[in-house]
Amino acid sequence: MSATALELPASYLTEENTIGSWLLTRDHKRIAMMFFCSITFFFFIGGIAATLIRLHLLSPAGAFLQPETYNRLFTMHGIVMVWFFLIPSIPATLGNFLLPLMIGARDLAFPRLNLFSWYLFNTSGLLAVYFLFVGGVDTGWTFYTPYSTLFSNGHVIAAAVAVFINGFSTIATALNFVVTTHKLRAPGMTWFRLPLFVWAIYATSIIMLLATPVLAMTLALIALERLMGIGVFDPQLGGDPLLFQHMFWFYSHPAVYIMVLPAMGVVSEIITCFARRPVFGYRGMCYALITIAVIGFFVWGHHMFTSGISLLSAVVFSMMTFIVAVPSAIKVFNWTVTLHNARIQFDAPMLYALGFIGLFTLGGLTGLVLGTLSSDVHLQDTYFVVAHFHFIMVGGTVSAYFGGLHYWWSKITGRHYPEIWGRFAAILMFVGFNLTFLPQFILGYLGMPRRYYTYSTDLQTWNVLSSAGASILAVAYLLPLFYLTWSLIWGRKADDNPWHATGLEWLTASPPPAHNFLRTPRVTEGPYRYDPRDGSYVSQDGVFHA
Amino acid sequence: MSSRRREPLGPYVIAWIVLLVLLGLSIVGAYQPLGAWHALLSFGIAATQTAIVFIVFMKLRGRPHLKWLFAAAGFFWLLFLFSLSAIDYATRNGFPTH
Amino acid sequence: MPPVEPGVQYADLEQQSETAQLGMWVFIATEVLFFGALIATYVLYRASYPAQFRIAGHDSLILLGSINQAILVTSSLTMVLAIRAARLADRRALVRLLLATAALGFAFIGVKGYEYARDAASHSVPVIDFVFKHGYRAPAELFWTFYFIATGIHAVHLSIGIVLVLILAARAARGAFTPLYHAPLEVVGLYWSFVDCVWFFLFACIYPLGRAGI
Repeated sequence: MSATALELPASYLTEENTIGSWLLTRDHKRIAMMFFCSITFFFFIGGIAATLIRLHLLSPAGAFLQPETYNRLFTMHGIVMVWFFLIPSIPATLGNFLLPLMIGARDLAFPRLNLFSWYLFNTSGLLAVYFLFVGGVDTGWTFYTPYSTLFSNGHVIAAAVAVFINGFSTIATALNFVVTTHKLRAPGMTWFRLPLFVWAIYATSIIMLLATPVLAMTLALIALERLMGIGVFDPQLGGDPLLFQHMFWFYSHPAVYIMVLPAMGVVSEIITCFARRPVFGYRGMCYALITIAVIGFFVWGHHMFTSGISLLSAVVFSMMTFIVAVPSAIKVFNWTVTLHNARIQFDAPMLYALGFIGLFTLGGLTGLVLGTLSSDVHLQDTYFVVAHFHFIMVGGTVSAYFGGLHYWWSKITGRHYPEIWGRFAAILMFVGFNLTFLPQFILGYLGMPRRYYTYSTDLQTWNVLSSAGASILAVAYLLPLFYLTWSLIWGRKADDNPWHATGLEWLTASPPPAHNFLRTPRVTEGPYRYDPRDGSYVSQDGVFHA
Repeated sequence: MSSRRREPLGPYVIAWIVLLVLLGLSIVGAYQPLGAWHALLSFGIAATQTAIVFIVFMKLRGRPHLKWLFAAAGFFWLLFLFSLSAIDYATRNGFPTH
Repeated sequence: MPPVEPGVQYADLEQQSETAQLGMWVFIATEVLFFGALIATYVLYRASYPAQFRIAGHDSLILLGSINQAILVTSSLTMVLAIRAARLADRRALVRLLLATAALGFAFIGVKGYEYARDAASHSVPVIDFVFKHGYRAPAELFWTFYFIATGIHAVHLSIGIVLVLILAARAARGAFTPLYHAPLEVVGLYWSFVDCVWFFLFACIYPLGRAGI
């Protein structure tokens, strides 16, 4: 570079590299990276638990693990995966990194709150993992009363406190995202010019804000009941154990939408870019996100159909469950129409996104089977339920998370991952996933209960298939760990917009400078102004690119 | 100072007095034979007091409607929690046991 | 003091102040659900055990609860007048009103502590020391469980508020707040008034019960 060339600012990665500059950073991009490291660590913990479970279930007699250990492992798997991996995954990593960039802001509204959220998250996560290892919890991630409050011999209070603290981390992040989206959009960035990823993160944040406090109170009550012997959920002291389930699921059903809505946002971004097409029905997609977020609060009783709620109540919740499927289906239709007759580029992100659409749809349909009272009576608490939610959470959310990671990898790190390995890992994940979880639908239908450490011997073949699939899935998860890390040092350097995409995040350098933009962009275009005929596009600042 | 007139003391003090009057009303009402209306009176007064504090002290009026939305959202969502649970409690025979 | 600069992501101080206030309103929405979940639990149990809750509620100390509500309402007034003083550049009034707010907060805690002592003396403490002479005791114990949990969590929130107000008073005394920059006062003021509102609902749950001749 000649002495008279413009001195560009250092990227957020290279700008100042002491440990203190990272641990005390206010830069949302650095915080996103720190979250990424944290959740990867917890993903491993949850994954190890799953590995042990699937190894144990290779044989019907349950010879590998002690029964109590088995109970502690599925509890650990659930708690760690739900609260310390899935819920923060896309929002705290990709959301943190991309939200200000996508709206044209120079940081989030409350940068110190963002950092505080990361510290809360790690504190709660380490607390949870410590107690899950040392003595453990055996109630399942759902902490049902009266077992959790009166009879369990594990560290229920510690686990409840850990999740309680994690709730504050969630609320802090969500508050930041919501306020940022309202207040810090660049000039010209109206609501209906926002990328769908921003809409998805916003809708997710609304759910986080309104649902998590109820979980916090519920956990506080079971901790107090266990500690002090009060009878809020104890039938012998006038309490109702079902009240716990009402309050717990009031949060935990919307929680599954917390886990899937960001994935839908990622998928929308990837599909439009690699089909070189604006998404079909953009406004419908926005409204669908908000509708899912709201109606998702009305369906929680479908987790309680066999718990003893009244028939009228069950019918109301079943009806609501059917209604909430509609906006999700609309999204799937719109993605499909976007892809129809498009010239699709099958890069790794697109493979993950396509996998999402198929697996999410199948998972969603099986949710309707479970939402139907008559079939749920047979399938509740069987592996059918386990398969259903893994199709959404793993087939859906984790696929989209990996897809998003690959899609924005060049923006985040300034490097390209090796494309061949990316595609291979995506396909391997799809194969491994289906082999793991399709047999579990059959197992559930055949009556294998969940959370049991043994099973009937005639079900062994399906269990072996499932465990075999899990081993393939494990490889598919480990591969990106290796080649993404490899790319950090030896990957091809990326320019600003390697995918020729339209969002504001692609207007700045890869990786971006500390405060994102040299000048605040002026937005004149909606998102996804791709021309399907020749691959040209108009980025959101109004500039045409051939 | 003219700025003092731009922000008069009056509305705050009046609101304070009204809040105390409502407190008195709540106490007096507690001792009246109202039967099933007690709950409505008590919670109605609480809601009124909250509205006064929101509007006068917390300045929830005019300008950005965004704050209204968030103020209201919390209460609406509580309504969802309560009403959908209440369907079960109203129609389930197993509780209470005594 | 040097003029305060807005954060790099803000165009000006006013945008930053409005954003901070919006943030507090969003937080208040979460608190509505946090306390509301507890109150919803209370309402469901009260609807299930109406007679026993009425009897149990009769023993709550309405005089102390009312004094506390009056204290809190007055503290909301002093807080809002403190913010007004900042807008009018009246530093002395600002500091005094903030200290008055904190003092009233302390007074509330003091009265509450005294009330807890009186509750304990009349054997109204669930699990630890609970005596109920009017029949099936479990629902009454639930009423008092709710009482202690709700007022306890409220007291924790109030204590946090007191600390925040004292910090603001210290900053105000050093001249940190001007008519152009006093967003922290607005934000803490919102929090303080909200804690006041929670007490309105807790009062309605706890004190008016069972006084119209059982």
